[in-house]
Amino acid sequence: MIENLNILITEIYKVFLLLIPILTAVAMIVWLDRRVWAFVQKRRGPNVVGPFGLFQSLADALKYIFKEIIIPASANKIIFILAPIVTMTLALISWAVIPFSEEIVLANINVGILYLFAVSSLGVYGIIMGGWASNSKYPFLGAIRSAAQMVSYEVSIGVIIINVLLCVGSLNLTDIVLAQENLWFIVPLFPMFVIFFISALAETNRPPFDLPEAEAELVAGYQTEYSGMMYAMFWLGEYANILLMCSMGSILFLGGWLSPIDLYPFTLVPAPLWLILKILLLFILFALVKAIVPRYRYDQLMKLGWKIFLPLSLTWVVLTASYLFYFNLLPVN
Amino acid sequence: MKLSRILKTVLLVDFMSGLIIAIKESFKSKKTLNYPFEKGKISPRFRGEHALRRYPNGEERCIACKLCEAVCPAQAITIESTEREDGSRKTTRYDIDMLKCIYCGLCEESCPVDAIVQGPNFEFSTETREELYYNKEKLLDNGDRWESLLAANIKADNPYR
Repeated sequence: MIENLNILITEIYKVFLLLIPILTAVAMIVWLDRRVWAFVQKRRGPNVVGPFGLFQSLADALKYIFKEIIIPASANKIIFILAPIVTMTLALISWAVIPFSEEIVLANINVGILYLFAVSSLGVYGIIMGGWASNSKYPFLGAIRSAAQMVSYEVSIGVIIINVLLCVGSLNLTDIVLAQENLWFIVPLFPMFVIFFISALAETNRPPFDLPEAEAELVAGYQTEYSGMMYAMFWLGEYANILLMCSMGSILFLGGWLSPIDLYPFTLVPAPLWLILKILLLFILFALVKAIVPRYRYDQLMKLGWKIFLPLSLTWVVLTASYLFYFNLLPVN
Repeated sequence: MKLSRILKTVLLVDFMSGLIIAIKESFKSKKTLNYPFEKGKISPRFRGEHALRRYPNGEERCIACKLCEAVCPAQAITIESTEREDGSRKTTRYDIDMLKCIYCGLCEESCPVDAIVQGPNFEFSTETREELYYNKEKLLDNGDRWESLLAANIKADNPYR
């Protein structure tokens, strides 16, 4: 009994050790997003709270905590309250399997990528619940759009992951990174990386695919009726998801924690730092895309997902598989 | 679709050029001011917070002609006057409801003695409504505080009047 309790406490300790840096990182990433956006538009962005405005997100969070939570009279109360909780929880639990180095990983499970994919697919439930429970037209329309969009792009992300898995021969994320020791998958699978990146934008409802919250048409989409801390939780979940997509991209294509060159000055940098740098690089790209690309029309979005990305990634699966089979390179465990 | 167009789409040519422009522009100098620490230039004609001016000897300029009260389109000004012992007509009450005021500048325009003026100050927000009902005391105090700037502005604008 005491032993079990001990294990439990150690695990909880580990979870907090992972959660707190991630939540801090999410706060910082929101600041970075706003700052990059401002810089592209030649504005200054948040620069008053703390050094370079780094604590802006903390100030915002404090503001949200003290704001009143308004629940619409016609809303389904339980689901309405549950939706942001679901969104944030799902965004955070996927971090359990992300390996920060060969040793530093909370849960080194053998179906890591499958788990990641499954949990990120569940993310759509938070949004649908929020949109449906609000019992109001704009959140409902936003939720429907969001559901259709996320489901469509998940398909192509799944097929892209199959490409990587064909080259690795394992679903374990640590194995996926270690398989890239000689060559990062971005080199042989570059088109897949581009499609993955664009699909990740759509998957996380980022511009140019932010139709679920298109402010010109839908006020704020599924978040319209939310206020105070519940809105902040949606917000946190969204950015945690973006960060997760960035880390997924760097693990699948950019060699995770591996240094770009296996030479003296580069090997000195601790492994997790390389992963963080790669995530940051991808995130800055996310932020830049937000600043430069206009929003897609909904039919264009669907066309891109189903008529271009899906056939393209499926063709690439066939190509990869035939190449590996022909040259007898298929990984066998 | 032409082949060149397809190639352009597939290779993301337009997107990449946009990205390069965005990165280049983000390192150029900012077009916005760092507001609370850095302020834009204000014209001498700027119509900001009101002030009642005095003559250099400390005498109030206002002669209670009530032209400003009459001209005010928002009817924000209320003046009451009386005759002083020395026979001059002076105000006993000069109130401006800053919440009614539309900052049109007609009061300043109509004043024959440059008593009521609108200064360069635009940062006088308050937390209660009551603080924005300005009385004579407050307006004269404003005048004393901003006098050097007010005089300079009137002088700078004089050739164009």
